[in-house]
Amino acid sequence: MTKLECRQIFAMLSEYLDGELPPEMCDQIESHIHGCSPCVEFVKSLETTIRYCRRMALEHQPAPLPENLKAELLASYRKSCGLDS
Amino acid sequence: MSQVAEEVELARRLIAGDQTAFEPFVGIFQQKLFQYSYLSCGQREDAEEVAQETLLKVFQSLDQLREPDRIRPWVFRIARNLCYMKRRKSIFAPEVEFSLEELGPSFREEGGRRRLEIADWSALPDSLAMNAELREILSAAISGLPDIYRSVLLLRDVEELSTEEAAGVLGVSEEVVKTRLHRARLAVRKTLDSSLMAVGGA
Repeated sequence: MTKLECRQIFAMLSEYLDGELPPEMCDQIESHIHGCSPCVEFVKSLETTIRYCRRMALEHQPAPLPENLKAELLASYRKSCGLDS
Repeated sequence: MSQVAEEVELARRLIAGDQTAFEPFVGIFQQKLFQYSYLSCGQREDAEEVAQETLLKVFQSLDQLREPDRIRPWVFRIARNLCYMKRRKSIFAPEVEFSLEELGPSFREEGGRRRLEIADWSALPDSLAMNAELREILSAAISGLPDIYRSVLLLRDVEELSTEEAAGVLGVSEEVVKTRLHRARLAVRKTLDSSLMAVGGA
Protein backbone atom coordinates (compact mmCIF):
# COMPACT_ATOMS: atom_id res chain seq x y z
CA MET A 1 0.00 0.00 0.00
CA THR A 2 1.66 3.21 -1.07
CA LYS A 3 1.26 6.56 0.63
CA LEU A 4 -0.14 8.08 -2.53
CA GLU A 5 -3.07 5.70 -2.51
CA CYS A 6 -3.96 6.60 1.06
CA ARG A 7 -3.77 10.27 0.20
CA GLN A 8 -6.06 9.88 -2.80
CA ILE A 9 -8.58 8.04 -0.65
CA PHE A 10 -8.27 10.62 2.06
CA ALA A 11 -9.24 13.47 -0.29
CA MET A 12 -12.52 11.72 -1.18
CA LEU A 13 -13.59 10.44 2.23
CA SER A 14 -16.42 12.88 2.91
CA GLU A 15 -18.01 12.27 -0.47
CA TYR A 16 -17.57 8.56 0.11
CA LEU A 17 -19.24 8.67 3.54
CA ASP A 18 -22.04 10.91 2.19
CA GLY A 19 -22.77 8.44 -0.61
CA GLU A 20 -21.96 11.04 -3.25
CA LEU A 21 -19.42 9.02 -5.25
CA PRO A 22 -20.13 6.77 -8.23
CA PRO A 23 -20.36 3.05 -7.30
CA GLU A 24 -17.14 2.06 -9.10
CA MET A 25 -15.22 4.67 -7.11
CA CYS A 26 -16.78 3.39 -3.87
CA ASP A 27 -15.64 -0.14 -4.78
CA GLN A 28 -12.08 1.06 -5.30
CA ILE A 29 -12.08 2.90 -1.99
CA GLU A 30 -13.54 -0.04 -0.11
CA SER A 31 -11.04 -2.49 -1.53
CA HIS A 32 -8.21 -0.17 -0.47
CA ILE A 33 -9.57 0.50 3.01
CA HIS A 34 -10.15 -3.20 3.60
CA GLY A 35 -6.42 -3.89 3.51
CA CYS A 36 -5.16 -0.68 5.11
CA SER A 37 -5.40 -0.39 8.89
CA PRO A 38 -4.35 3.32 9.08
CA CYS A 39 -7.20 4.14 6.67
CA VAL A 40 -9.66 2.06 8.71
CA GLU A 41 -8.76 3.95 11.87
CA PHE A 42 -8.86 7.31 10.15
CA VAL A 43 -12.26 6.65 8.54
CA LYS A 44 -13.68 5.56 11.90
CA SER A 45 -12.53 8.76 13.57
CA LEU A 46 -14.03 10.86 10.77
CA GLU A 47 -17.32 8.95 10.97
CA THR A 48 -17.45 9.54 14.72
CA THR A 49 -16.82 13.26 14.20
CA ILE A 50 -19.69 13.52 11.70
CA ARG A 51 -22.03 11.53 13.95
CA TYR A 52 -21.27 13.84 16.87
CA CYS A 53 -21.94 16.94 14.76
CA ARG A 54 -25.29 15.48 13.69
CA ARG A 55 -26.31 14.91 17.29
CA MET A 56 -24.94 18.18 18.53
CA ALA A 57 -26.88 19.57 21.45
CA LEU A 58 -25.71 22.62 23.30
CA GLU A 59 -25.45 22.86 27.05
CA HIS A 60 -27.18 26.22 26.82
CA GLN A 61 -30.84 26.67 26.17
CA PRO A 62 -32.27 29.91 24.82
CA ALA A 63 -34.20 32.04 27.29
CA PRO A 64 -37.97 31.84 26.74
CA LEU A 65 -39.18 34.40 24.21
CA PRO A 66 -40.51 37.54 25.91
CA GLU A 67 -44.33 37.68 25.73
CA ASN A 68 -44.32 41.02 23.90
CA LEU A 69 -42.04 39.58 21.22
CA LYS A 70 -44.27 36.53 20.86
CA ALA A 71 -47.24 38.83 20.39
CA GLU A 72 -45.27 40.75 17.75
CA LEU A 73 -44.40 37.51 15.94
CA LEU A 74 -48.01 36.42 15.95
CA ALA A 75 -49.19 39.81 14.69
CA SER A 76 -46.58 39.70 11.91
CA TYR A 77 -47.74 36.22 10.95
CA ARG A 78 -51.41 37.20 10.86
CA LYS A 79 -50.65 40.26 8.77
CA SER A 80 -48.33 38.45 6.36
CA CYS A 81 -50.82 35.65 5.71
CA GLY A 82 -53.80 38.01 5.49
CA LEU A 83 -55.63 36.57 8.51
CA ASP A 84 -56.71 39.98 9.80
CA SER A 85 -58.45 41.17 6.66
CA MET B 1 -42.89 11.72 11.55
CA SER B 2 -39.29 12.86 11.02
CA GLN B 3 -38.18 16.23 12.33
CA VAL B 4 -37.96 17.66 8.78
CA ALA B 5 -41.41 16.35 7.86
CA GLU B 6 -42.82 17.87 11.03
CA GLU B 7 -41.30 21.27 10.22
CA VAL B 8 -42.62 21.14 6.64
CA GLU B 9 -46.08 20.20 7.89
CA LEU B 10 -46.10 23.08 10.39
CA ALA B 11 -45.00 25.52 7.65
CA ARG B 12 -47.72 24.22 5.35
CA ARG B 13 -50.36 24.71 8.03
CA LEU B 14 -49.15 28.20 8.88
CA ILE B 15 -49.26 29.27 5.24
CA ALA B 16 -52.77 27.85 4.99
CA GLY B 17 -53.78 30.12 7.87
CA ASP B 18 -53.83 27.49 10.65
CA GLN B 19 -52.75 29.49 13.67
CA THR B 20 -52.53 26.41 15.92
CA ALA B 21 -49.22 25.63 14.16
CA PHE B 22 -47.70 28.88 15.45
CA GLU B 23 -46.63 27.75 18.95
CA PRO B 24 -45.01 24.44 17.91
CA PHE B 25 -43.27 26.13 14.97
CA VAL B 26 -41.81 28.83 17.22
CA GLY B 27 -40.76 26.21 19.79
CA ILE B 28 -38.83 24.11 17.27
CA PHE B 29 -37.21 26.93 15.36
CA GLN B 30 -36.24 29.10 18.31
CA GLN B 31 -34.23 26.17 19.67
CA LYS B 32 -32.67 25.33 16.29
CA LEU B 33 -31.86 28.95 15.48
CA PHE B 34 -30.33 29.55 18.89
CA GLN B 35 -28.01 26.56 18.52
CA TYR B 36 -27.08 27.50 14.96
CA SER B 37 -26.44 31.13 15.90
CA TYR B 38 -24.54 30.26 19.06
CA LEU B 39 -22.14 28.05 17.12
CA SER B 40 -21.99 30.59 14.33
CA CYS B 41 -21.61 33.85 16.28
CA GLY B 42 -19.88 32.38 19.33
CA GLN B 43 -21.78 34.52 21.83
CA ARG B 44 -24.89 33.82 23.78
CA GLU B 45 -26.37 37.32 23.60
CA ASP B 46 -25.83 37.47 19.84
CA ALA B 47 -27.39 34.03 19.46
CA GLU B 48 -30.53 35.04 21.37
CA GLU B 49 -30.84 38.14 19.22
CA VAL B 50 -30.27 36.35 15.92
CA ALA B 51 -32.85 33.69 16.81
CA GLN B 52 -35.42 36.36 17.65
CA GLU B 53 -34.67 38.59 14.64
CA THR B 54 -34.80 35.59 12.33
CA LEU B 55 -38.18 34.50 13.65
CA LEU B 56 -39.48 38.04 13.15
CA LYS B 57 -38.29 38.12 9.53
CA VAL B 58 -39.70 34.64 8.95
CA PHE B 59 -43.18 35.66 10.09
CA GLN B 60 -43.04 39.01 8.33
CA SER B 61 -42.40 37.31 5.01
CA LEU B 62 -44.00 33.90 5.37
CA ASP B 63 -46.38 34.69 2.50
CA GLN B 64 -43.32 34.71 0.21
CA LEU B 65 -42.40 31.11 0.97
CA ARG B 66 -43.77 29.32 -2.09
CA GLU B 67 -42.47 25.85 -1.22
CA PRO B 68 -43.03 24.76 2.39
CA ASP B 69 -40.70 21.81 1.63
CA ARG B 70 -37.87 24.30 1.67
CA ILE B 71 -38.67 25.82 5.05
CA ARG B 72 -35.34 24.79 6.59
CA PRO B 73 -33.03 26.30 3.94
CA TRP B 74 -35.29 29.35 3.75
CA VAL B 75 -35.11 29.99 7.52
CA PHE B 76 -31.37 29.33 7.68
CA ARG B 77 -30.68 31.67 4.81
CA ILE B 78 -32.19 34.49 6.89
CA ALA B 79 -30.28 33.39 10.01
CA ARG B 80 -27.05 33.06 8.07
CA ASN B 81 -27.22 36.66 6.88
CA LEU B 82 -27.98 37.96 10.36
CA CYS B 83 -25.14 35.91 11.89
CA TYR B 84 -22.77 37.21 9.29
CA MET B 85 -23.53 40.79 10.28
CA LYS B 86 -23.15 40.00 13.98
CA ARG B 87 -19.93 38.14 13.54
CA ARG B 88 -18.40 40.99 11.65
CA LYS B 89 -19.18 43.15 14.64
CA SER B 90 -17.96 40.70 17.30
CA ILE B 91 -15.47 37.90 16.82
CA PHE B 92 -12.93 38.10 14.03
CA ALA B 93 -11.73 34.64 13.16
CA PRO B 94 -8.93 34.76 10.62
CA GLU B 95 -10.15 33.79 7.15
CA VAL B 96 -7.53 31.20 6.38
CA GLU B 97 -7.95 28.40 3.89
CA PHE B 98 -7.08 24.89 5.02
CA SER B 99 -5.03 22.60 2.83
CA LEU B 100 -5.65 18.86 2.80
CA GLU B 101 -1.99 18.34 3.65
CA GLU B 102 -2.24 20.02 7.04
CA LEU B 103 -5.47 18.20 7.95
CA GLY B 104 -4.45 14.78 6.74
CA PRO B 105 -3.28 11.77 8.66
CA SER B 106 0.26 11.80 9.94
CA PHE B 107 2.30 8.65 10.15
CA ARG B 108 5.25 7.34 12.08
CA GLU B 109 7.50 4.39 11.32
CA GLU B 110 7.43 1.69 13.93
CA GLY B 111 9.22 -1.62 13.53
CA GLY B 112 9.36 -1.14 9.77
CA ARG B 113 5.61 -0.53 9.58
CA ARG B 114 3.84 2.70 8.92
CA ARG B 115 1.51 3.60 11.75
CA LEU B 116 -1.09 6.30 11.97
CA GLU B 117 -0.61 8.95 14.65
CA ILE B 118 -4.02 8.90 16.24
CA ALA B 119 -5.63 8.98 19.67
CA ASP B 120 -7.70 6.08 20.95
CA TRP B 121 -11.19 6.73 19.59
CA SER B 122 -12.50 3.28 20.43
CA ALA B 123 -13.49 4.18 23.99
CA LEU B 124 -15.67 7.11 22.93
CA PRO B 125 -19.40 6.87 23.55
CA ASP B 126 -21.81 6.49 20.62
CA SER B 127 -23.62 9.60 21.68
CA LEU B 128 -22.50 12.82 23.31
CA ALA B 129 -25.56 12.91 25.55
CA MET B 130 -23.74 11.91 28.70
CA ASN B 131 -20.45 13.61 28.03
CA ALA B 132 -20.53 17.34 28.74
CA GLU B 133 -16.77 17.76 28.39
CA LEU B 134 -16.73 16.27 24.91
CA ARG B 135 -19.70 18.42 23.92
CA GLU B 136 -17.81 21.53 25.00
CA ILE B 137 -14.73 20.48 23.02
CA LEU B 138 -16.87 19.84 19.93
CA SER B 139 -18.73 23.11 20.29
CA ALA B 140 -15.44 25.04 20.65
CA ALA B 141 -13.94 23.18 17.67
CA ILE B 142 -16.87 24.17 15.47
CA SER B 143 -17.00 27.78 16.71
CA GLY B 144 -13.28 28.13 16.14
CA LEU B 145 -13.41 27.20 12.45
CA PRO B 146 -12.89 30.00 9.93
CA ASP B 147 -16.28 31.22 8.69
CA ILE B 148 -16.17 29.64 5.23
CA TYR B 149 -15.80 26.19 6.80
CA ARG B 150 -17.97 26.66 9.87
CA SER B 151 -20.92 27.91 7.81
CA VAL B 152 -20.87 24.80 5.61
CA LEU B 153 -20.43 22.33 8.46
CA LEU B 154 -23.26 23.88 10.49
CA LEU B 155 -25.71 23.68 7.61
CA ARG B 156 -24.69 20.25 6.30
CA ASP B 157 -23.87 18.27 9.43
CA VAL B 158 -25.51 20.01 12.37
CA GLU B 159 -28.70 21.17 10.60
CA GLU B 160 -28.58 18.36 8.03
CA LEU B 161 -29.39 20.37 4.94
CA SER B 162 -28.59 18.70 1.60
CA THR B 163 -25.56 19.78 -0.42
CA GLU B 164 -27.88 21.55 -2.84
CA GLU B 165 -29.77 23.36 -0.06
CA ALA B 166 -26.56 24.45 1.69
CA ALA B 167 -25.18 25.73 -1.63
CA GLY B 168 -28.37 27.79 -2.07
CA VAL B 169 -28.17 29.27 1.43
CA LEU B 170 -24.52 30.24 1.07
CA GLY B 171 -24.64 31.33 -2.57
CA VAL B 172 -21.81 29.02 -3.66
CA SER B 173 -21.63 25.98 -5.94
CA GLU B 174 -22.26 22.43 -4.72
CA GLU B 175 -18.63 21.60 -5.47
CA VAL B 176 -17.50 24.38 -3.14
CA VAL B 177 -19.83 23.06 -0.43
CA LYS B 178 -18.34 19.57 -0.78
CA THR B 179 -14.74 20.78 -0.71
CA ARG B 180 -15.27 23.03 2.31
CA LEU B 181 -17.33 20.44 4.17
CA HIS B 182 -14.56 17.86 3.87
CA ARG B 183 -11.95 20.27 5.18
CA ALA B 184 -14.24 21.46 7.99
CA ARG B 185 -14.89 17.88 9.14
CA LEU B 186 -11.19 17.08 8.99
CA ALA B 187 -10.36 20.16 11.04
CA VAL B 188 -12.93 19.26 13.72
CA ARG B 189 -11.68 15.66 13.69
CA LYS B 190 -8.16 16.92 14.20
CA THR B 191 -9.16 19.10 17.16
CA LEU B 192 -11.02 16.18 18.77
CA ASP B 193 -8.05 13.93 18.13
CA SER B 194 -5.63 16.38 19.78
CA SER B 195 -7.93 16.72 22.79
CA LEU B 196 -8.18 12.95 23.12
CA MET B 197 -4.41 12.59 22.90
CA ALA B 198 -3.96 15.23 25.61
CA VAL B 199 -6.45 13.43 27.87
CA GLY B 200 -5.10 9.97 27.12
CA GLY B 201 -1.47 11.06 27.30
CA ALA B 202 -0.83 9.31 23.99
